[in-house]
Amino acid sequence: MLLGRVVGTVVATRKDPRLEGKKLLVVRTIDPSGKDQAGYLVAVDTVSAGFKETVLLVSGSSARMAGGCKDCPVDTAIVGIVDSVEVST
Amino acid sequence: MLIGKVIGEVVATRKHASHEGQKILYVQMLNLDGSERGLPRLAVDAVDAGVGDDVLVAQEGWSAMTSVGKPYSPIDMAVVGVIDQVHLSE
Amino acid sequence: MQLGRVVGQVVATRKDDALEGKTLLLIQPLDREGRDRGRTLVGVDAVGAGPGETIYWCRGREASLAWHPHHIVPTECAIVGIVDSVTID
Repeated sequence: MLLGRVVGTVVATRKDPRLEGKKLLVVRTIDPSGKDQAGYLVAVDTVSAGFKETVLLVSGSSARMAGGCKDCPVDTAIVGIVDSVEVST
Repeated sequence: MLIGKVIGEVVATRKHASHEGQKILYVQMLNLDGSERGLPRLAVDAVDAGVGDDVLVAQEGWSAMTSVGKPYSPIDMAVVGVIDQVHLSE
Repeated sequence: MQLGRVVGQVVATRKDDALEGKTLLLIQPLDREGRDRGRTLVGVDAVGAGPGETIYWCRGREASLAWHPHHIVPTECAIVGIVDSVTID
């Protein structure tokens, strides 16, 4: 799983019918300290995440285990809104 | 999923049976600033996308295979949406 | 999938049973101008490709499905198409 920060939305009218009604968010991946990494992913939001919120992402075939994503062509899903990350040193 | 731009189409006469009749798009993945991200990839087309379209690309097998109705096939990537707009808040 | 060119063949006598009778080819990935880019890799041929031909391959777990349902082949790189042409805008 990955940590990310919601930075945008994607609008696509013509899409796989199984994606109808799903909110697509652009998420920048971040390191545990909250710093942006180079990557980003477009993820299906299953927890009503908002702009700039830190979120928990699940990627790969496991993304379909997220709520409402069963049998959908989804390779990245937002499955949590992160309150805090504690890094032990 | 990733954001890509369709830059071409690939024609292959001899190919895996599951790819017969599929449109195979040549897609350049993009970073959020619009710059190119890695080498272009080939993706099967599930939404009748064309050259110049910004598209949503699924990069997981089952999603890609089933988007074109070909489960259990060697398909690792598919175009599953044509992007109208990307809004960024950064 | 990704574009490449067949630049060689690998011969291995002792190998996994599912690889018996299959051709192992060396692939050079190509950029959009058709130039060599990145490191060569070994793929299992599923379409009868030969030296010098431009091909495309499937990566990951999905590659092992190229012989489904007859065999499940332990590979993460299967050559699944021989490219006639790439039209680039």
